[in-house]
Amino acid sequence: MSIDLQTVKKIASLSRISVTDAEAEAMVPELNNILGWVEQLGEVDVTGVQPMTAVIPNHQRLRDDVVTDGDVRDKVLANAPQAEHGFFAVPKVIE
Amino acid sequence: MGELTDLTVAEIRDGFRAGDFSAREVAEGFNANVAAAKALNAFIVETPEKALAAADAADKARAAGEPLGALSGVPIGMKDLFCTEGTQTTAASHMLEGFVPTYESTVSGKLWSAGAGMLGKLNLDQFAMGSSNETSYFGNVISPWRRNDGGNAALAPGGSSGGSSSAISARLCPAATGTDTGGSIRQPAAFTGISGIKPTYGRCSRWGIVAFASSLDQAGPMARTVRDNAILLEVMSGFDPRDSTSLDLPVPQWEANLSSDLKGKTVGIPKEYRPDGLNAEISAMWDRGIEWLKDAGAQVVEVSLPHTKYALPTYYIIAPAEASSNLARYDGVRYGQRDLPDGAGLQDMYAATRAAGFGPEVKRRIMIGTYVLSAGFYDAYYTQAQKVRALIARDFELAFEKCDLLLTPTAPSAAFALGEKQADPLAMYLNDVFTVPASLAGLPAMAVPGGLDSAGLPIGLQVIGKALDEQTVLNASLAIEERAGFTARPDKWW
Amino acid sequence: MTESTYRIQGATGEWEVVIGLEVHAQVTSNAKLFSGAATAFGAEPNTQVSLVDAAMPGMLPVPNRECIRQAVRTGMAIEAQINKWSRFDRKNYFYADLPQGYQISQLYHPIVGEGAIDIVLDEKNPETSTKRIGVERIHVEQDAGKLMHDQHPTRSYVDLNRSGVALMEIVSKPDMRSPAEAGAYLSKLRTILRYVGSCDGNMDQGSMRADVNVSVRKPGEPFGTRTETKNVNSVRFVMAVVEHEASRQVDVLEAGGKVVQETRLYDPDRGETRSMRSKEDAHDYRYFPDPDLLPLELDDAFLEECRQSLPELPDAKRRRYEQDLGLSAYNAATLTADADTARWFEALLAEGARIQKKSEGEVAKASANWLLSELYGALNRLGKSLDESPVGPEEGAELLALVADGTISGTIAKQVFEIMLETGGRAPAIVEEKGLKQTSDTGAIEAAVAKVLADNADKVAQYKGGKEALFGFFVGQTMKAMQGKANPQVVNEAVRMGLS
Repeated sequence: MSIDLQTVKKIASLSRISVTDAEAEAMVPELNNILGWVEQLGEVDVTGVQPMTAVIPNHQRLRDDVVTDGDVRDKVLANAPQAEHGFFAVPKVIE
Repeated sequence: MGELTDLTVAEIRDGFRAGDFSAREVAEGFNANVAAAKALNAFIVETPEKALAAADAADKARAAGEPLGALSGVPIGMKDLFCTEGTQTTAASHMLEGFVPTYESTVSGKLWSAGAGMLGKLNLDQFAMGSSNETSYFGNVISPWRRNDGGNAALAPGGSSGGSSSAISARLCPAATGTDTGGSIRQPAAFTGISGIKPTYGRCSRWGIVAFASSLDQAGPMARTVRDNAILLEVMSGFDPRDSTSLDLPVPQWEANLSSDLKGKTVGIPKEYRPDGLNAEISAMWDRGIEWLKDAGAQVVEVSLPHTKYALPTYYIIAPAEASSNLARYDGVRYGQRDLPDGAGLQDMYAATRAAGFGPEVKRRIMIGTYVLSAGFYDAYYTQAQKVRALIARDFELAFEKCDLLLTPTAPSAAFALGEKQADPLAMYLNDVFTVPASLAGLPAMAVPGGLDSAGLPIGLQVIGKALDEQTVLNASLAIEERAGFTARPDKWW
Repeated sequence: MTESTYRIQGATGEWEVVIGLEVHAQVTSNAKLFSGAATAFGAEPNTQVSLVDAAMPGMLPVPNRECIRQAVRTGMAIEAQINKWSRFDRKNYFYADLPQGYQISQLYHPIVGEGAIDIVLDEKNPETSTKRIGVERIHVEQDAGKLMHDQHPTRSYVDLNRSGVALMEIVSKPDMRSPAEAGAYLSKLRTILRYVGSCDGNMDQGSMRADVNVSVRKPGEPFGTRTETKNVNSVRFVMAVVEHEASRQVDVLEAGGKVVQETRLYDPDRGETRSMRSKEDAHDYRYFPDPDLLPLELDDAFLEECRQSLPELPDAKRRRYEQDLGLSAYNAATLTADADTARWFEALLAEGARIQKKSEGEVAKASANWLLSELYGALNRLGKSLDESPVGPEEGAELLALVADGTISGTIAKQVFEIMLETGGRAPAIVEEKGLKQTSDTGAIEAAVAKVLADNADKVAQYKGGKEALFGFFVGQTMKAMQGKANPQVVNEAVRMGLS
C-alpha cells in the first residue's frame, strides 16, 4: 500500500494539521518509507493469536460513585487562551 | 571529600544525615553547575529557588530532629514531561509553551514528598518522540561527551530523556526522572555513561505525565549508580488509584536487597540481538558483560526471541496510533498555544494551532498513527501489530522459562553526532532496536555503563528482567557496575 | 404479534418506512463516568469539571462502578445478553465540546448484547397488540460538553459540565415500521429505564435523546438508504421526525433522486429535518481500544447483585395487576406505564389494605378508580404531577377506607377530597369536623322517605303505573333531604319499603 499526495492531505486533515502543498509533497516519500517498512509485519503468522489487551495482567478497578472532584473552575480555566464569563471561548461555531 | 556535586544520591543522603554538609550547600553547588552549563541546553526551566527551598526545609527538619524523607537533602532534575504545579510544563513543545499546570504529577509529587528538591525542568525530545533530543522546540541538548578524535562535534545525549542524561553525566544533578516508551531512559543513559531503569509497566503512575503512548509509557529514574536508581525507584513507584493501569502491589525494598551475588541465577543471551553487522565494539562489550555475570556466579544460556525483528515495526504502529489520539487534546481551546488566523472557524483554528504547535517529528508520528487507525487499514496495521506484540511478549515468557534475566546491548552504537541521523527518520528509529522489545512486553529493563569505545565514548549493557522482578535487574546491573568499574566522566568544556 | 399496516401513499404506489432508534440515556449517578466531578443538572458553567473532564495533559480515566452497574441492570431488564468481558474504545474526532479529542465509548465489545423490548400498540388490548422490537446492544460512553452560540456575536462558549457524564447508548434493530411504533418503543424504553432507576428519563433536560434512523422502501424490497436525525428529545418529536423524514425520502425517490446517507437535525419550530453539513466533514472515527483502560471483567457476584436489585418490571407488573388484582387491562396498563405512578398506587394499596384489614386485591379496584379518575382529575386541574400531589397515598387510603366502611358516601367523599386538596387536612378529621358522617338511622331516613313520597304523589302514581325508572328519583330526593349523609343502602331499602 503506497500513499499519494491526496492521501497525505486527507490524513493531515483528519489529524487537523494544516500543511502546505510543498510540505505534503515532502511527506509522501517520508511516510511511504516508514509505512513500507512497518508493512513487513504482514508476513508474521498470527493465526489464533489474540491481540494484546493488557501488557501486564491487571484488573480494571472501578471507582465508587462519590463526588470527589470538580468545583475547580479557576484551575480548569487557568491556562485557557481565551476564557470569558466562566466559559472557554472559541470562534463561533455554526451548526 | 571532593566536590559535593560529584557525590551520588546515596552519598548525599547519608552525608547530609550525618551532618557532613548541609542540604543547602548541596543545592547551591548543583544550582551553580546548572547556571554554568547553559551550553548543554539541558534545562528548559531552571528552578534554583525550589532546590533551595527543599534544602532549607531538609536542613530545618534535620536540625529539629524531625524524621527525614528518603530523599531529604537531595536535589534532582525533573524531565519536562512531568506536570509540576506552578512550574511551566512543555513536553519540549511550542504547543505547551507557557502552560503552567495547576496540579502535580503523582511521581513528581512522591519525590517532593520524600524531600527531594527540584533543580529545574529538563529538556527532552518533543512529546518524548525522538532518540537524540533533536526534536525539542527549545533546541538540541548537547551531550557533555566528546569524541577523543580532537574534533569538537556536538554529540547527541540520546533521547527522549536527553536533558536528564546530559545533566547527570555533566554533574548538573545527581539524579533525574526519565520516561521510557521505547527506550527513552535506557538509550540516553547508554549514550552518556550513566544508569537508568524502566520498571515494569504499571509500577509508576502515569497520572500527570504528558502522555505519548499510554500502553508503553513508564517513568523511571536515571542516575550514575545502580544504588541511586534503586533509591529513586522506591520513591517513584507505588499504586495510584487515579491510573487504571497502575499495579496495586507493595513497593519492594530494592535498595536494601541489592546484592551482586548472582549464584543460582541464569542469564539468557538472546541470539537474535546479535545480527550480522552488529558494531564490533558493542559486540565485544556484550561479551565482556557475559563474563562479568559469570564472574558474579550466574549461569549463561543462549535463548531465542524469534519475533525480535518485528518489534520495531510493531512499535512504530502502536506508539504513533496511541500518540495520534493522545495528542488530539492539544487544540488551542483549553490550554497551550492557539493560532487563530483572521476569519478562521473552529476547525481552521485546530489545524493552524496544531501546525504551528507541533514539530515535524510529532506531526509525522501523528499522521502515521492517524493513517494506521483509519477506516480500512485498522486491522491490517493496528490489530496485526497488537497480535505480533502478543507474540513478542510470549517470546519473553518462553525465554524466561530457561533463565532469570536477559543481557543485551542497550543501543547499536555509541552516541552519534547531532544532525547525523536527522534527515532519515528510519535510521533514527533503528536506534531503539534493543530497547523496544522489553517496552512492548512491559518488562523491567535497565541500562548500565560498561566502558568506553575506541572513540572514548560510553557504551553500555541492558539487563531485562521478568515482570515485577526489578530486584534481579538491579542486582545483575550492580554486578556489572562493580566489575566494569566505570569511572570515566566527560571533560568539562561547557 | 401485529404487523404494521402503516404505508405512505406515493405517486408510484405504497411505501413502507423502516425505523431504528439509537437512544442516549444519561445514567443516574452522582459522579461522572471517568472522573469524580458531579453530574447534577443546572450548575454554573464549568463548575462540575475536573481536570480529567477538561482533558488536561496527563489526566487519566478511572471508571465509576455505579455507571457500569446501571448499564448491566438495564441490560438485564430487557433480557439482554450481559458481556462479562467488555472494553472501552476511543472514538476520535475534533470538536469544541470534546476536550480529549476522542470520546471514550464501546464499539468492538459493548457491555450489553442483544435484547428486546415489547411494545403495546393498543393499550386496551395489551396482550393482543404487542410487537417485539430487538435491541442490538447497549454500550456505555461519555457525554460531550455544551456549546453556547448565542452569548457573543463572534464566539461560541464552551461549558464542560456535561463532559464525561455517563451515557448508555441503547441501539435498536431496524424493527419499527410506523411513527406510532417508534413512539411506543421510546415510551416503553423510558418506562423501563425509570423502573430500573438507571436513567431519570427527563427528556426536556436532555437525560434521554434519540437519534432516529429512517429509510423507506417498497414493501418486500431490501432496506433503502437511511438518514440519521440527531438528538430528538421527545416522543412526539420522534414520531414527527419519522413522518416528515419518510415522506421527504419518498418525494426524493419519486422525483428520481437518491436518498443521501447523512446526519440531519430536527427543527421542532418548522416541524422538519435539515441536513447537518457542518458535521459531515470527516466520518473516520479511527476507533481503537483505549490504552488508558483495561478490559472490563465482571464477576458473578457483581452480576448477581445487579439481578437481585432489579425491581418488578412494567410488563410483569401489568399482568399482575390484571390477574391478581383484577384490574381492567386499560387500568393496569395506565397504572404501570410509569414507575412513579405504580409506586404511588402500590403505596395506596398497601395502606388501604392495612387500614381496612383486607387483602390488596379487595381494595384494588376502588383504589385504581379513585387514583385514575378523582386524583388524576384533580391534579390535571391543578396542573400538578403525581409527585407534587397535595394528597399522599396514606391520606388517599384513609379517604377510601371511610367510603368502604360506609362512614361516608361516594358523593360526600368527593366533597371531602376537595377539602383535603384545599386545606391539606385528613379525611377522618374533616368528616368529623364538618359532621359529614352518613347516617343509617332508619327512623330518620324512613321519615324523610315518607315526606318525599307524600310531596310527590303524582310520581308515586306513575311509578306504580309501571314507570320504574322513577325509583332513582325518590332515592335522590331522599338523599338531598338528608344532605347526602344518609347511607344509600338504607335509603334504597326504605324507598323500596315505602313504595310497596
